Amino acid sequence: MADGAAKEGQEWRLTLPLTLFFVAFFVGPLLLLIGISFQAERQMTGVLGLNQYAVFLGDSLNLDVLSNTLILGVKATALCLIFGYPLAWLITRVSARMQALLIFLVILPIVTSVVVRTFAWIVILGRRGIVNDAIIAMGLSATPLRLLFNEAGVVIVLTQVQLPLMVLPLVTVLQRIDPNLASASQALGAGAWRTFFKITLPLSMPGIIAGTILTYTACVSAFVTQSLIGGSRLLYMPMMIFQQAMDLQNWPFAAAISVLFMISVLLIVGLLVALSRSRAARLYG
Amino acid sequence: MRRAIDWNEVSFRAVFWLLSLIAIAALAAPVIVILMLSFTGEEALHFPPSSYSLRWYEALLSANELRDSFIISLKVALITVIASVVLGVAAALAIARSRKTWVRSLETLFMSPLILPALAFGFASLMMFSILGFRPSILTLSIGHIVVCVPFVLRTTLSSLAQLDPALLDCSVSLGASDFYTFRRITLPLIGRGVASGAFIAFMSSFDNIPVSLFLQDARTQMLPIYLWDIIQNQLDNRAASACGVIIIGTILLMLLMERLAGFSRFMK
Repeated sequence: MADGAAKEGQEWRLTLPLTLFFVAFFVGPLLLLIGISFQAERQMTGVLGLNQYAVFLGDSLNLDVLSNTLILGVKATALCLIFGYPLAWLITRVSARMQALLIFLVILPIVTSVVVRTFAWIVILGRRGIVNDAIIAMGLSATPLRLLFNEAGVVIVLTQVQLPLMVLPLVTVLQRIDPNLASASQALGAGAWRTFFKITLPLSMPGIIAGTILTYTACVSAFVTQSLIGGSRLLYMPMMIFQQAMDLQNWPFAAAISVLFMISVLLIVGLLVALSRSRAARLYG
Repeated sequence: MRRAIDWNEVSFRAVFWLLSLIAIAALAAPVIVILMLSFTGEEALHFPPSSYSLRWYEALLSANELRDSFIISLKVALITVIASVVLGVAAALAIARSRKTWVRSLETLFMSPLILPALAFGFASLMMFSILGFRPSILTLSIGHIVVCVPFVLRTTLSSLAQLDPALLDCSVSLGASDFYTFRRITLPLIGRGVASGAFIAFMSSFDNIPVSLFLQDARTQMLPIYLWDIIQNQLDNRAASACGVIIIGTILLMLLMERLAGFSRFMK
């Protein structure tokens, strides 16, 4: 089978088209972005320098935008975990028919347009929306609550929009955990909560990390939800990049803040990956 | 002897069920609200509508800009899917079979558009195209979309290739079939469901993309989600609700079809 062995070594050729495409249209633009971020002048005169980075890092208002964005992601991701984990747990414990229905319900938002879903939340959370109608009808408040155009609204909607990204990896992991482990724990006298925190939760850590990475990166860069629900008064990084790039045509500055934003997100993802590695080492090492 | 109630168990189940039910309600709410709203008979957007009619769906028929942006979005999504499938499946075949580390590590490169903020990539593409002198067109839009949609095809194809028994391919080749014949008659039918699922997800995410389109479109090539976004932001009217209604109904029908043809929910995890 000398022929087959020779062919086996040639398989990499099949990656050539996509590799070339990525080098030209993904790596290329990103390198250009980094290059332009070092342009000292707004007019891109070719003088290089760290001016754009200095301008961004020197203004505490800009740093607030960056930290607000990163913290927004933490809040929404935490909520996704709090609501997503029990849902994933439930999905692995119902009948096959019910499971198919619930999975369908979880996937539906992923393929439904984000604009459409965000629009629905404007109707639900608006001054005369369902939530406010219910609150007033129950006598909890005399006047409509302000649920849109503030951070709470953005967090609520981001949670719903990105929840499926948390639930799906959790379902995969929870399905693989041997149910005998939980039974054994209970038989040995541990209660339901103790069994959950000592057995199920640690074993599902890979799913939690995977879901957290997906949800977090999606939440911090969710331009549509942030701008439609946040309104014009709340500024997050994606909108700031857009304004600098398109409204103010300040490309070097927009490039510099894009680079800083990407580095921050990658650092957080790297941290989570490192965390999952050390976890895995402790569990299986 | 009556067994005492296990409060530990009861409280655990109560908390988990309650949180799940809230999550389920939150997942279903937007779809239900938009569907009801799209059939409103009223002038103003108010929920729940006090009367129902098809009037806003009829109004859609005469909304030319909406129709134009729908057609452009459809064209871009189709080009994106075809290119993503060709490029993505070829790369997936190599990544799944190769023993070389550098080929396998290409997977990380091809998946990275999912982690990086798409808006920064969209802006970077705009700068490159404008420095190269390309004006925004269906082509530039499609190129940007392919980069962010390829990961979906790659992921589902790789996961179906992982379940493919390599002995089948060896049999075919040792019986004298050419590589391409083996691919067409053996590999493709066996991974078809994975490819179709990836293509479907890529189609939907191209059709829905805003962060990349925002930079690569111009007035002549306005995409549907951006047009809807403008309407919602500026003049919130009922045609937006009925257009969203059309999108939701279309999405559910496509999803049911794909579930039947390819069992695509298996590939979402």
